[in-house]
Amino acid sequence: MTVRRRYGGGVVATAVAAVVATAGCSAPSDDDGDGGGGGGGQDSVVIGIANEPETLSPLLGYGKDGNSKIFDGLLRHDDELGLEPALATELPEISEDGLTYRYTLREGVAFSDGEPFTSADVVFTYEAILDEGTNNPAKGELDAIESVVADGELGVVFTLEYPYAPFAERTVLPIASAAAVGDQDVNTGAYNTEPVGTGPYVLTDWSPGERISLTANADYWGGEPEVKRVTMAVIPDDDVRATRLRSGDLDAAVLPPNLAEGFADEGGMITVNAESADFRAVTLPSDNPVAGDQAVRQALDLAVNRELMVESILLDAGHPAYNAIPTASPWFAEGTEREFDPEEAGRILDEAGWTLDGGDTRARDGERAAFTLWYPAGDRLRQEHALAYASDAKDIGIDITVESGSWEIIEGRLAEDAVLSGGGDPADPDFQLYTLLYSELAGNGYNNMAHYRNPAVDEQLDAGRRSGDQAEREAAYEAVQRELAEDPGYTFLTHIDHVYVMADAWDGVTTQVEPHDHGLGHGPWWNVEEWRVRS
Amino acid sequence: MARLTGRRLLAAVPVLALVTLGMFAVAAASPFDPVRRYVGDASSASQETLDALRANLSPDGTFVEQWWSWLGSVFGGDLGQSLSLRQPVSQVIAERVGWSLLLCGVAFVASVLLGTALGVLAARRPGGWLDRVVSSLSYTLQAAPPFWLALLAIWLFALQLDVLPAGGLTEPGSDTVTFGGLVSHLALPAAVLTISQLPWFVLYVRQGVSDALHEDPVRGARARGINERTVLTGHALRSGLLPVLTLVGTRIPELITGALLVETVFSWPGIASATVRAATSTDFPLLAALTALSALAVLAGNLLADLLYGLADPRVDHNEM
Repeated sequence: MTVRRRYGGGVVATAVAAVVATAGCSAPSDDDGDGGGGGGGQDSVVIGIANEPETLSPLLGYGKDGNSKIFDGLLRHDDELGLEPALATELPEISEDGLTYRYTLREGVAFSDGEPFTSADVVFTYEAILDEGTNNPAKGELDAIESVVADGELGVVFTLEYPYAPFAERTVLPIASAAAVGDQDVNTGAYNTEPVGTGPYVLTDWSPGERISLTANADYWGGEPEVKRVTMAVIPDDDVRATRLRSGDLDAAVLPPNLAEGFADEGGMITVNAESADFRAVTLPSDNPVAGDQAVRQALDLAVNRELMVESILLDAGHPAYNAIPTASPWFAEGTEREFDPEEAGRILDEAGWTLDGGDTRARDGERAAFTLWYPAGDRLRQEHALAYASDAKDIGIDITVESGSWEIIEGRLAEDAVLSGGGDPADPDFQLYTLLYSELAGNGYNNMAHYRNPAVDEQLDAGRRSGDQAEREAAYEAVQRELAEDPGYTFLTHIDHVYVMADAWDGVTTQVEPHDHGLGHGPWWNVEEWRVRS
Repeated sequence: MARLTGRRLLAAVPVLALVTLGMFAVAAASPFDPVRRYVGDASSASQETLDALRANLSPDGTFVEQWWSWLGSVFGGDLGQSLSLRQPVSQVIAERVGWSLLLCGVAFVASVLLGTALGVLAARRPGGWLDRVVSSLSYTLQAAPPFWLALLAIWLFALQLDVLPAGGLTEPGSDTVTFGGLVSHLALPAAVLTISQLPWFVLYVRQGVSDALHEDPVRGARARGINERTVLTGHALRSGLLPVLTLVGTRIPELITGALLVETVFSWPGIASATVRAATSTDFPLLAALTALSALAVLAGNLLADLLYGLADPRVDHNEM
């Protein structure tokens, strides 16, 4: 109301009318002096992102994979996704049995409100997330934890319920300030929008639906960042983001490949392709008489033209996928790539008794080789993948009906119908493969949507997560991938590169292999605090 | 007048009760799952987590019971928690309602003033070139959806001419709201909202005034040789503008739906864009509060129209309404 009173009434109407009338002749005055897209160095960056987080509280899941600019985790990833210490002084000491992880904390670190950071904050953060009343959808990722206790001011000890080899990867999770949260309700308190962390940047303003503004933390333990201001402008529409990037409103943005192409010749702008573990795959439900048949699964695996999908759908910004692990990853099992071979696919189907009797669609014992494939409505990329998949399947005599719907509709049909799914977490093979393939997780929430059941795979998955020995783990995941090539419960289609266009104004811009989620913490700005302003 | 206001306020109670009950009924019948929306794209959420979230987030009981307990907490001063914005609903509304009032207020005043002026001008010479231009433009604009106008405005002023910002409240790199910045950011959304409301006023005023110009008292005045200006302002306008007062009230709901689209397209941080967000993420606590709020706005608009009508026309008795 105060706003309206101050500027209200006819005065503003007249002012607006005047602005509209003179709009044609007034000069653009949008620049704050930094310029944008001009190629010169600048100590602020405005980034256009498609989705904003619902919360900025790590207790509710913000920044769980690291890279939250407001917070630090005990550990963090380098550009190769290797683990390095952050709030801890070194990588954890792991006990012989793999059940105890001991961290020593960095001394003299303070939260942005000046309060000292201690082991109590670490214990608070993990306990708050694991608390039953906390509505953190990703809390299952910390399932292995039995207890977390402080050992003096600067020591923290995690005890696990079972040996969990990739546990250290989980400790990139941001540490919240126990004092700042105080007695707030962690689900709804002010901390969700006014976070206090130890990170390189401090939140100065968040206007939901519009923008998130960060300012460099002058007292950051890692040194004050050179880029002083980072603004995330929330612009859901791809075209609007592209045009505002072009007009100089934005310095950087995540864009779909077709729009990024338009910037190829733009002076002072660079296009950054980040490889990712972000896959698109068709779930082949085990309980479906057609999609659950091993011969059909193998045939589909050979009949899809992955190269063509990468070329025509992704405009070459991506790679063929043969399982959840990208072919470029050191964890990928060499030799499990499948060539596009529809003839071999046809032979496999013939041998298994799926025969073409005159018509276009195969059948076996009166069962037509047909099933339904869903994609979430509105997702154009998945729609195009689904249509290409159905068309490839049709060529070998499998009739796939493509339908779209909301997740509420799709969810109820996952046991029967296929869905064009997506996901990807590059940090450790366990994170993705276990939830995709483990038998016990069939139909459990959004895990194992294909209801895949394969005891040999289960055994290797268990070995992979429990063994502390790197060679044993590599062997286990290689075995999983080879088994998956024999009995593919999913048809993996592509891994998608995430494409960003940005002003060429800083040194030190790099990318990491990115997870499914991207734009905010993941993107060329994952390490913006280390950028150097180009003089 | 006080009695009319009092009676309307009393009548508002059952109306609001019914509207919010209806909203809870629709929510209960909708196929959307708030937990699914809350989790978003987090594919790793296990069944255990989902069950726990459902227990924490979903209200118990039938929709009537939910509505009743919602009413209870509203009267206790607690509007509940927004699921999509992870904030108390009262905070969401407090942070945004001012910006919406500013946008809607400016657009409304501008469209009433501009619409009346254009309508009167057109009515003075029915069939004249001005009338033809204004009327045909109005019919065209009436058919144009506000979001389309908004996209067109962004394309022209922000992208082609680059003279006005394409959205938001401030420059992307700045947090402080300055008067100049606010005016330039307000210009496009307010203009689009004004233009989308304008045709109704223009056409109503044009019709009302031109009818009034053909009524006997006006003819009589003209016959007595009273000059055209006095005829128009003294006689025709008074009766010709009466329908406009009703329109002022009835346009309020349209203004709200227009603002829904305009705020969304221009990333205006108002209450309407929060409504869209609440609806698409099935955030019922927020949606319930906003539904009640817009119902209130409509009731207030109607009351305002009736009060104005009574003041402007001595033949109308407030006590009979």
